[in-house]
Amino acid sequence: MTSVTAAHSVVEPSATTRRFAGSLVVLYAVITMIPLVWIVLTAFKSPDDAISYPPKVMFKPSLEGFCNLFTTRSRQTPEFIRSLGPPQGLCDGIARDRNMVVAGPSNYVPRFVNSLIIAFGSTVLAVALGTLSAYGFSRFRVPLKDDLLFFILSTRMMPPIAVAIPIYLMYRTIGLSDTRLGMILLYTSVNVSLAVWLLKGFIDEIPREYEEAAMIDGYTRFQAFVKVVLPQATTGIAATAIFCLIFAWNEYAFAVLLTSGNAQTAPPFIPIIIGEGGQDWPAVAAGTTLFLVPIVVFTVLLRKHLLRGITFGAVRK
Amino acid sequence: MAQIRVEALDKSFGAFHAVKSASFTVEDSQFLCLLGPSGCGKTTTLRMIAGLELPTSGTIRLDGEDVTMNRASARDIAFVFQLFALYPHMNVRHNIGFPLKCEGISAAERDRRVVEAARILRISHLLDRSVSGLAGGDRQRVALGRAIVRKPKCFLMDEPLGALDTEMREAMIHELRALHDRLGATTVYVTHDQLEAMAMADRIAVMNNGVVEQVATPRDIYDRPASLFVADFIGSPPMNFLPFRAGLQTGAEAIRLGERDVAIPAAREAMAESELVLGVRPEHVRFTDRGMVRGEVYGTEYLGTTQIVTVTTHYGALKARSPSSRSFRTGETVGLDFRPDTLSIFDKASGRAIRTALHEGGAHG
Repeated sequence: MTSVTAAHSVVEPSATTRRFAGSLVVLYAVITMIPLVWIVLTAFKSPDDAISYPPKVMFKPSLEGFCNLFTTRSRQTPEFIRSLGPPQGLCDGIARDRNMVVAGPSNYVPRFVNSLIIAFGSTVLAVALGTLSAYGFSRFRVPLKDDLLFFILSTRMMPPIAVAIPIYLMYRTIGLSDTRLGMILLYTSVNVSLAVWLLKGFIDEIPREYEEAAMIDGYTRFQAFVKVVLPQATTGIAATAIFCLIFAWNEYAFAVLLTSGNAQTAPPFIPIIIGEGGQDWPAVAAGTTLFLVPIVVFTVLLRKHLLRGITFGAVRK
Repeated sequence: MAQIRVEALDKSFGAFHAVKSASFTVEDSQFLCLLGPSGCGKTTTLRMIAGLELPTSGTIRLDGEDVTMNRASARDIAFVFQLFALYPHMNVRHNIGFPLKCEGISAAERDRRVVEAARILRISHLLDRSVSGLAGGDRQRVALGRAIVRKPKCFLMDEPLGALDTEMREAMIHELRALHDRLGATTVYVTHDQLEAMAMADRIAVMNNGVVEQVATPRDIYDRPASLFVADFIGSPPMNFLPFRAGLQTGAEAIRLGERDVAIPAAREAMAESELVLGVRPEHVRFTDRGMVRGEVYGTEYLGTTQIVTVTTHYGALKARSPSSRSFRTGETVGLDFRPDTLSIFDKASGRAIRTALHEGGAHG
């Protein structure tokens, strides 16, 4: 290119602008990351280090938080502990140092499994229902289409917790309270409106010629939907799935209200840990750290779709 | 291959009447263009033939069989879309082979036919490329490949060249016509471009406001337009219209235009005194000093071998095509004469062409 020395380009941001924008991004990242870093660090502190003031940045790492998270312990006299054999495993050793013995596993793992089943189950259901209805709204002449879409959106206009009491009573009557199925249905019904609206946008962007071509080539509409529309909607479906999963994974209020023994998820369980034998912040932090893992993994797996999904449709082609 | 018969086809979208009682027949291995301005119902008509829309009323027959309410996939037709509609998640080979896969044809046979289609369209070297990297003309060839690979009863094409640039379009017009001649496939081709229609079609169906105005060969459409709309839509510049008021006797060979008599093809029907329109193509206007219409030269457009001269007359601005060797001065007074055997006469109220000797000896009735 014959580049005449131009003082500046009219479309490219200048170096100053770029540096300024860059430092804003870094600043924002630091601010949002600090609580996460804090939680992860606390998970590896001993209970004393966790509550020391001023807070310790440098400390001797300990797995006590994780041990306390996964086990229940009972306090014993030193004589009794001495009468036992050598400690069984790492956690037993840590417990004995505090004059305790491991009494059994805690409820964290079952609660975590509940969270996985409920969050992923409701996400799959919401995205499946959302994709089908978004396709219908996008492609067919639905009577009262605009009103129906508005109605679907309107279910998100009130805070979900506003209907907590009616739902509690309903669930108690029909036997859905404290069941995984009940929680899956509840989160699905909250998420499905988001899924319909997000996915309708994505499916609207897919030219209908694709399905028409497939239908002329010999597919039924449903086959054309599965073989032609779905592959092109993957981006939108992935982005929608992440939004749905984040909601269902983090949901706290309904989980507190509607679950206790059977179907309790991790969010209402984690704060309960505090109560067992003093304020055990490392155990809480360990529970929170592990709780972050699935969503991080899921997001990382789908990140290339997510990035495209969020900016999808902003610029044609 | 097959004959397509469209009988009294009607389509309404709510209050909008898109196609009004359209009827025409496409004979076996004929190339028919549906031509008309945007919104005239030509694409809707094509989509009804394809089975992508269901008509409000009327019948569509493929080789005599009533397929009006059949599913698109049950009609054995191929459709080429304006925006190609290539599946972006498949490469060229899979795109072309897709219809065969739908039919459940074995992989070996599929591959053989894909390779053959690619050879006909000269895209063999592109078979393993992704469709997203292809140029417009190549994409259109892939779309055509997907259509021809199945050997369907007929091809339906919805402005397939609309998305190409001018140069590519010219080349593809000839390629499409050559392809049609080789395959002998019944084809219905929708376009708003009269040059495409003129260059490719065996017959043209001109549509306007949902009505089929005329179905005829390109030559008849041009020389013997059946309505004011057809006369105005076809031809560039369009036909000149000179309004006059007169009655018409069967056998009359002249009309009274202002002070003078103008010779016309002999009338074959009588008209009571009414508002009529004399239609004359620019190339049928001659400059003579004894001309029956006089006017002032308003301006000229140079087109190479010919030029278009606009003359302001008592009847409005008339356009005449003249060899570009002749020079005109703006403001010059000229006399105009019309070639009598080529003139059309229209009833202004209905827009219908009045039957004259012009309509005899033509290929159509």
